[in-house]
Amino acid sequence: MSEEHVLQAKPAFIAGLTQGNTKAASIIVALVVLGSIAALSVDTRFVYLLVYAWFGLIYGLLLQYGRFCMASAVRDLFAVGVPRMAVGMLIAVCLFSLTAATVQATGFSTFGPHPLGWHVIIGGLIFGFGMVFTGGCASGSLYKAGEGNVGSMLVIFAISFSQAIIVAAGGWLDALVPAAWTASAQAKDMPAELSVTQGWFDQFTAGYVWDLKGSTVAADLGMDGTVAGAFLANALLSAILPSLVLLVLLYVRYFRRSYLRREAVAPSLGSDLRGLWAMVTSSKSTALAGAGLGIFAGMQMWITGALREHYNIFNFGELLAAMGYENGLSLQGTVFDPGYWYITTQEAQWGGWILNQLGVDNMDNIFFGLDNGLPNPLLNAPGFMSIGIILGAAVMAHMRREFKWKLPSLETAVFALVGGTLMGIGARIGMGCNIGAFFATVTNGDLSGWVFLAGMVGGGYLGVKAFNTWLEWRASRSGEFDL
Amino acid sequence: MAVKFEQTGDGTFSLDVRGYSCPHPQMYTKKALQKMASGDVLTLLFDNPSSGESIIAMCDTDGNELFERKDNGGSFTWLIRKA
Repeated sequence: MSEEHVLQAKPAFIAGLTQGNTKAASIIVALVVLGSIAALSVDTRFVYLLVYAWFGLIYGLLLQYGRFCMASAVRDLFAVGVPRMAVGMLIAVCLFSLTAATVQATGFSTFGPHPLGWHVIIGGLIFGFGMVFTGGCASGSLYKAGEGNVGSMLVIFAISFSQAIIVAAGGWLDALVPAAWTASAQAKDMPAELSVTQGWFDQFTAGYVWDLKGSTVAADLGMDGTVAGAFLANALLSAILPSLVLLVLLYVRYFRRSYLRREAVAPSLGSDLRGLWAMVTSSKSTALAGAGLGIFAGMQMWITGALREHYNIFNFGELLAAMGYENGLSLQGTVFDPGYWYITTQEAQWGGWILNQLGVDNMDNIFFGLDNGLPNPLLNAPGFMSIGIILGAAVMAHMRREFKWKLPSLETAVFALVGGTLMGIGARIGMGCNIGAFFATVTNGDLSGWVFLAGMVGGGYLGVKAFNTWLEWRASRSGEFDL
Repeated sequence: MAVKFEQTGDGTFSLDVRGYSCPHPQMYTKKALQKMASGDVLTLLFDNPSSGESIIAMCDTDGNELFERKDNGGSFTWLIRKA
């Protein structure tokens, strides 16, 4: 019997949930609870890893609830003139900057600024172009995988392996490396087992990125480590003011004309302010998700920082070693452990770990060998954040009766693999994705994130142009869109 | 799996983009509405939830009326009257 129901108006959220598949959602939550208990019964110090997993679950719930995808923020502006997600993203930026400032003020911040150079905008450009074709950003692909979208799972697969391969690649790519990078990398006096003058990514990292500077607005203004620096410099100047400027630009370009026509009001400061508010609240679920993500992202930083203080560690690798898990640690005894919302590096580790198990020697590079390690996925704390996002989204999708297995067409599958590969390459060049290189940076006073966003917007614009050309060509050949 | 856009009657059209993820559904919806006349009704079938949010915003902006929404376990059937 069909369970179809007709909604004449937007449903009340709670009513929508009670009609959902609460059994499937409950089973997923129960499995996560049981898994957590099992991990804690092995060693209570796994609570550090579980914080990642549970925050991932919360992010997944919120991402699916708000259909929160930063690919849409950029793409839908150019493709269909819809600013909904760009607005949601900027709300999240404002809120997260305030919670992040609170964490900085308490001294528990886990954030480190990214070096700023040409690589940031180039990485953003490649990432943004690929993102149009995959139908989701890095975190968007995770939540859509939780909705049963197999194409999004292919995107995650492509992001994982493209990164894992690109950071360890050598051969002809080495010939493209400028001699200055090679010389600079060699002068760093790195451990011989890393062979930093072999492999383009090692030379890019040690010979180029390490010679650049990263900073925060608070540090630039001499206010680092102060409450005023956290709130006025890192939150207000770095995140909130630029976000407000962008919101006004979005309003003028994409919302103002239709709002004034709809409301039949004459242009005035008052009507424009009401219009701006109407734009911000036009998708309440997106705005709420943005606010929730901003608050929880700050809480995650604070809790992880407090746990580091409690265990007297700087990195989860120390805890893993103390628990007797030394396989897969980097030369420094570290693993990837940002302490905040991040997506791409842990996915690179998944791909890298599988390749390593298949016999590929990929620990002789800086990315895995010196910095992030290649832990077993069962011990990869940020990896569990990504898995948590998938599961949280699956819970919400079941609750809203929106879970559905969706197999990709050949076209969607090719787009997922090619676009995902470009996203992986862009993420490694730009040192992160829409979350790690943009969202987490600008909200912590690091302006490099706005540069990444500029690249991502440029790439998104070009991607939409290319996608439109493809759509037109395809329609003209098949005749499917002609009447 | 292919996009299906067809005229189903006098002033009524159907667009089936089930199986497609972002950004196909919203882009095809925009193209379909561009081919229709004022007052025509589009029956839109899709199964990518996030596209729905963009389509609601598109309708708001252009003044098109989304007057019926059916949800059947992750598949959506929406009726839109073009302004």
